[in-house]
Amino acid sequence: MSEWWTYRLSSFLLFSPRTYLRLHERYNVDVWPAQLVALVIGVALLVILLRGPPKAARIVAFALAACWAFVAWAWHVMHYAAINWAATYFAAAFALQALLLLWVGVVRGALAFGSASPTTAIVGNGLVAWGLIGLPILNALFGQGIAQADFFGTGADSTVAATLGVLLLATGRRWPLWPIPLAWCAITGAFAAMMRLPAAPVMPLVALVVVLAAVFESRRRHRAA
Amino acid sequence: MRSTEAYNACRRRFLGALATAAALPWSFPAAAADAVGTRPIPSTGERLPVIGLGSWITFNVGNDRVARDECAAVIRAFFDAGGRVIDSSPMYGSSQDVIGYGLAKLERPVPVFAADKVWIAAASRGPAQIEESRRHWNVARFDLLQVHNLLAWETHLPMLFSMKSNGRLRYVGITTSEGRRHRDVEQIMRNHPLDFVQVTYNPVDRDVEARILPLARERGIAVIVNRPFQQGALTDALARRPLPGWAADIGCMSWAQCVLKFIVSHPAVTCVIPATTRVAHVRENVAAALGTMPGEALRRRMAADIARL
Repeated sequence: MSEWWTYRLSSFLLFSPRTYLRLHERYNVDVWPAQLVALVIGVALLVILLRGPPKAARIVAFALAACWAFVAWAWHVMHYAAINWAATYFAAAFALQALLLLWVGVVRGALAFGSASPTTAIVGNGLVAWGLIGLPILNALFGQGIAQADFFGTGADSTVAATLGVLLLATGRRWPLWPIPLAWCAITGAFAAMMRLPAAPVMPLVALVVVLAAVFESRRRHRAA
Repeated sequence: MRSTEAYNACRRRFLGALATAAALPWSFPAAAADAVGTRPIPSTGERLPVIGLGSWITFNVGNDRVARDECAAVIRAFFDAGGRVIDSSPMYGSSQDVIGYGLAKLERPVPVFAADKVWIAAASRGPAQIEESRRHWNVARFDLLQVHNLLAWETHLPMLFSMKSNGRLRYVGITTSEGRRHRDVEQIMRNHPLDFVQVTYNPVDRDVEARILPLARERGIAVIVNRPFQQGALTDALARRPLPGWAADIGCMSWAQCVLKFIVSHPAVTCVIPATTRVAHVRENVAAALGTMPGEALRRRMAADIARL
């Protein structure tokens, strides 16, 4: 469409905050107990990242790919698309990220863990933990209530935050895995800001922290080499 | 969408007065149904109530049954108050479907003036999109179809004129919002036999006063006004201020009514389409079509006062 440039960002906010949050609440009811299963998977991932053997990277990539695929279908297609036609494009991006995780992390085995600096390890593992429990708690604190919260493995934001933490901890040729999660941080932050949700700055801040930490880690490795 | 506490307090005062009025023999709903203000569509002379109902954001509630029933109640109250024009677009998510749901829940036929849009870049898919929209609304045909934000207007517009000449559509229009592409809008208004043009207009967004509204009068084109409250931002900002003295002179009991009266008192405006999710708000909005309208001098003062606030 040649006229995209004539639109303001606010033109694409097609629903009210109340509608969006009520949709989250119904979604959480619809997919229950998937949140619980995903939390167990997420805690297992965190344990693997902290203590697991380097070869466990394939398990991490596979689990994350499953989460991205679940969010693409269950959230974007089956729920979010009812109020936002752009959700079909988001679903395609999430499905693509699932395929990329499978290709890079499982088929090619290009991810490895265990060589991050102590600082990067703290940030990376912290982001994974943030995706697992931090965001749901933040949702509750900001008045959305736990029933309307975004959970790891079923919600887009928590899954993206945890994935960025994993990517920060990983070594190897993982650059194809960065663009979609980082783009999502900008998109979800923009939507939340338009809805004036208190947590609007959170995901853009997550992206900023990850980028800064990745640059720091890259320079450290360059110097070490 | 208006949400601040102050504004709700203002609403409560208004609704309190409304409740008092409702206890009297000349209660508001019945009177409004008989006496709601109307304006003629220049191309045919058909009269339309000056207060319509928009659906952007407010009716996009997806499959949420509770919210759908709330929207259906708004639609019912709108017709009970004497309203007719409902406007939507395929861009607005589930809004068309929710309108269809609300219309289907009414027990009696209503004189809905169904206004929708075509919004698709692939011009060849315009007719299919229109048919899908019609199925969502569940109406026999649309009264008005507009090219949304001028998207692919070069091909959609001839298609809409063809539908009109074949009796499958009554009126043809174009839309823009938030000041987009006004030069193109003007050109199309000059060169095509439009029935309607839809633009953004309110006391602080007045660009259209300079050229588009005068051109609409000159060319005999009806004007629908969107985003009268700036998506709630204007009424939220005004809610912090007390109503000025002139509000009582024109029978306004809320800022929303002041804004609506300012808009519909412009001689080129045919209809304004505020959107809401609340029954009380839709009654209040339609009531703005009643009573004294501001003259030119007061309109200038209203715009100046509101801009200053």
